[in-house]
Amino acid sequence: MSLLVSKYESREPWKLRLKRKAIIREILLQCLLIFLGITFLLPFLWMISTSLKSNEQIFRFPPVWIPNPVMWSNYPKALQYFPFFRFLSNTLYITTFNVIAAIFSPSFVAYGFSRIKWPGRDILFLVLLSTMMIPSQVTMIPIFVMFKKMGWVGTFRPLIIPAFFGGGAFSIFLMRQFFMTIPQELVDAAKVDGCSHLYIYWRIMMPLSKPAIATLGVFAFIGSWRDFLGPLIYLQDERQYTLAIGLRYFLTQYGAEWAYLMAASAVVSLPMVIAFFLAQKTFIQGITFTGIKG
Amino acid sequence: MTRLEKRELRWGIFFILPWILGFIIFTAYPIIMSFYYSFTDYSIVQEPFWIGLENYRTLIKADDLFWKSLKNTFYMLGFGLPVNLLVGLGLALLLNMKVKAMAVHRTIFYLPSILPEVATAILWVWLFNPQYGLVNAILSWFGIKGPGWLADPAWAKPTLILMGLWGAGGGMIIYLASLQDVPQELYEAAELDGAAGWQKLINVTLPMISPVIFFNLIMGIIGTFQFSVQTFVATGGGPAYSTMFYGLYLYYNAFQWWKMGYASAMAWILFLITLIMTLIVFKSSARWVYYHTGGQ
Repeated sequence: MSLLVSKYESREPWKLRLKRKAIIREILLQCLLIFLGITFLLPFLWMISTSLKSNEQIFRFPPVWIPNPVMWSNYPKALQYFPFFRFLSNTLYITTFNVIAAIFSPSFVAYGFSRIKWPGRDILFLVLLSTMMIPSQVTMIPIFVMFKKMGWVGTFRPLIIPAFFGGGAFSIFLMRQFFMTIPQELVDAAKVDGCSHLYIYWRIMMPLSKPAIATLGVFAFIGSWRDFLGPLIYLQDERQYTLAIGLRYFLTQYGAEWAYLMAASAVVSLPMVIAFFLAQKTFIQGITFTGIKG
Repeated sequence: MTRLEKRELRWGIFFILPWILGFIIFTAYPIIMSFYYSFTDYSIVQEPFWIGLENYRTLIKADDLFWKSLKNTFYMLGFGLPVNLLVGLGLALLLNMKVKAMAVHRTIFYLPSILPEVATAILWVWLFNPQYGLVNAILSWFGIKGPGWLADPAWAKPTLILMGLWGAGGGMIIYLASLQDVPQELYEAAELDGAAGWQKLINVTLPMISPVIFFNLIMGIIGTFQFSVQTFVATGGGPAYSTMFYGLYLYYNAFQWWKMGYASAMAWILFLITLIMTLIVFKSSARWVYYHTGGQ
């Protein structure tokens, strides 16, 4: 009897120990992740904290974390320091066209690379992929010279028009990968019914590819909003500046106004944070889907 | 060719036409022109003037700043890139474990990498401010007197590497996607063979995600030679040219000093360097990149 009991008891602690081990592992990992997470969040929190401080508190030592008083007025003031709303509308203008281009252009080209069989297609697709290896510096200067000769430097056109020519190898590649997952029978059935390729592209492929198109749209929004080098090279008049360029202009003009600088930086960053949270799923799927996982 | 094949060919070209035009206008023609410009003296205001190999000769023999920028860039390739790749990989391994609230953790590490680089650069300039910055304030709690960071030629490059780590989430997310694709059976098989945690990491995880490490490495090499917004905004190449990197120096030559021919020559040297480095990585990849060929 005693033997049985001890056997029974010895089995229970084993299970308990396993469970306890799992709990300890969970706690240790959580502590590590929370510690690292706070380290990652600190710069961000400091940005918000600084943006709400009075000048007297900004330069206080040791540093103050919670602003007192909370200077909400820093935000409207920061936005008056530079023509924020003009820069915002410039940015939105460029961004909108880039998103529209990202929705239609890569998908159109990708259809020709995936759903129609024609000689030379696969070779041209290799050419397309290999263009990814060309450093942008090589093409940047002649493209600038070309736009200069066309009188487009100092307009938004160099930041918008190129996006309508396929939208870049990466986007076409992503759309093609997605189109390949759509069953060929759908296309064949439509062909038997006498549908043209334009019809198949527009009425069958596009509606079925909403997730991939959404991904490209979000990427285009973020890419265009963040773009710095393009506007830096092509926009010359201050009134045409985008927010990214405007923020640097702010820095060079009023370098020591840290509260206003942080407020402006926070405002310019905010749409990225919102876009990420709204489109989180689309975003991660898109990255998973690009096929770079090997 | 049958009538149907001809029709399909026409449709195919019709659909890819935007890309073909884009390729000719924005890739093929500029490559040829860039090569031509690299043998000329060209300030845009005047027509290009043929000077043969003079640009290349000046760059290699007489331009100290060119060599300085190359050295600085190789410093970043040697220290910055490996650190960034390792931190990205480490975070991905950590965030691939099964614990509660993982979605929240992942978001926190990923978010900094999609913020506008201008905004993050300005933020870091403030954090690393030698007198009033948060970093030196925290260091002083431990009795350490912090350096001048971006203002100190000896510290500017390491500071930029530290700043770059905040964006390691971009690489992390790509690793993470591939980590989730590693077949669970492989881990179970390794466990049956009595493999410990770190053995599973070395013998299962790393080989399985090696194509992605390879991808991130190549993209990292190309990226290191690009114009860096963070550097441009945070230091502009200073102090004492300690952060004058190749991409930045090229930008200054082309768009500040309007030496288009000279900058084109720089672009071609860059092309050659990245090509050679990529080839070396490609060649070596046969030894360390594992492609599983079963199925697809």
